[in-house]
Amino acid sequence: MSAYLQIDHVDKVFERGGQRTEVLKDVTLSIAKGEIVAIIGHSGCGKSTLLNLVAGLTEVSAGGIILEHTEVNSPGPDRSVVFQNHSLLPWLTVYENVNLAVAKLFGRTKTAAERHDWVMRNLDLVQMAHAKDKRPTEISGGMKQRVGIARALAMEPKILLLDEPFGALDALTRAHLQDAVMEIHQRLQNTMIMITHDVDEAVLLADRIVMMTNGPAARIGEVLEVPLARPRRRTELVTDRTYLRCREAVLKFLYERHRFVEAA
Amino acid sequence: MTTAPLSSAINDVDRAPAISAAVVAFPSALPRRIDFGRIAASLARTLVPPLVMLAIILVVWQVACSGPNATLPPPSQVWMESGDLIMSPFYNNGDADVGLGWRIISSLQRVAFGFGLAAVAGVVLGAIVGQSVWAMRGLDPIFQILRTVPPLAWLPLSLAAFRDSHPAAIFVIFITSIWPVIINTAVGVRQIPDDYRNVARILQLNPLEFFFKIMVPSAAPYIFTGLRIGVGLSWLAIVAAEMLTGGVGIGFFIWDAWNSSHLPDIIVALVYIGVVGFLLDRLVAGIGAFVTRGTSAK
Repeated sequence: MSAYLQIDHVDKVFERGGQRTEVLKDVTLSIAKGEIVAIIGHSGCGKSTLLNLVAGLTEVSAGGIILEHTEVNSPGPDRSVVFQNHSLLPWLTVYENVNLAVAKLFGRTKTAAERHDWVMRNLDLVQMAHAKDKRPTEISGGMKQRVGIARALAMEPKILLLDEPFGALDALTRAHLQDAVMEIHQRLQNTMIMITHDVDEAVLLADRIVMMTNGPAARIGEVLEVPLARPRRRTELVTDRTYLRCREAVLKFLYERHRFVEAA
Repeated sequence: MTTAPLSSAINDVDRAPAISAAVVAFPSALPRRIDFGRIAASLARTLVPPLVMLAIILVVWQVACSGPNATLPPPSQVWMESGDLIMSPFYNNGDADVGLGWRIISSLQRVAFGFGLAAVAGVVLGAIVGQSVWAMRGLDPIFQILRTVPPLAWLPLSLAAFRDSHPAAIFVIFITSIWPVIINTAVGVRQIPDDYRNVARILQLNPLEFFFKIMVPSAAPYIFTGLRIGVGLSWLAIVAAEMLTGGVGIGFFIWDAWNSSHLPDIIVALVYIGVVGFLLDRLVAGIGAFVTRGTSAK
């Protein structure tokens, strides 16, 4: 397995007014091309911080992150992020939100017609072409998140970073979007890192599940391979023994060995 | 069950443009029939009460100023002596004897110039102050003090600096109206959510692109609040400045009428100033509402 993304002995310390908070301690992880990795852990364990480090939105305190032979030290479109709260710009339509990224990244390399096709292609991929002229305020939460995914995919990222993308959605909408993510992966074979606190979501989507210990100074506690064949169908998995075994392993990690003591 | 339509849609992606063209064609909104009855009713609701009040005020004024010792002219006298100013705002008898419409226009030109400069400079300065913590700490107290200086207090300095009344008047408008624009823009820029900033960072927008594509639209509601306050202040300032600097303009007209004891002319001029000031405010508010549609609603 060749490392496409290499997170190498990364520490993250926040310093504020003389107070040092160690968030991540000695995190090492390598991710292969085309892999979906889910990062799971209790809230406050620094999983979002880890994603921000890969995105380049926050700087590492020690260690390094290498994506395809290049060190990550600033944000860029090769590591596009799907934010938890969609982060669409409310004054732009769905089309314009995606086009903002496309016009910036492909303004010189693609013609206007090609750029239009590319925007529509990505909106089609998330089944949002029908709402291209709507504004974010006029569509549902699930639809906003679909557009957020389309915008991230339109950047043609080397790696797609999803920061609890479906956390704010209801269970049915979440299931639809999980299916959409699996379909997209099936089609594009892209690399994804997904932050989640949903055990079922992690087992359903991921090739590997990275389980984080509780902070401060969170580490990677365990990495679980999910040897389920793709395409995966949630209805069939309910009784699948491998699925149940993986699910049990994650649950045991989270609730027996690393129970979140401060949780109310 | 949910995956079946999904996969077929995704397999269709190669034909995306053709499909999307078909899907995109929304049925346009049906042409609505104009309901004249309702429009008339709503017009009556908004127009009748102010007209009634106006009539009452005119009657009271007429009665109050009809006595032999009245110092101010009643409305009937205003109409008789200055009716030509109301009826023909755009006469031109050459030299300085022109209708109030022309005077208003020349005042508006000064406002347009001074306020236009203030709007552009105010938004740019406000963006800088809002973006930088140190610029905020350094400049905000200075702005807060300068913005309380009355317009006319700037005029002597301005005359001394420009040695000409025309640019001096424009500078007074500029310096009066820029503060609310700066302060409101700065507040708006500081309110830009981190998510929008992160989107901009991932897309690697340069500062200019960030300014036009994220900062200005995101802060637009705040910017237009500042502009609206600013345009009101600049209209206050121009009348005062023109009274002192002279030339063609509504402010100087009032001063001139006072010097030649034409009180009815002054009253007509006040009405003009009020109406134009109201229209300016509505204009900026209207542009703001149009530009920020979609932004104000979260």
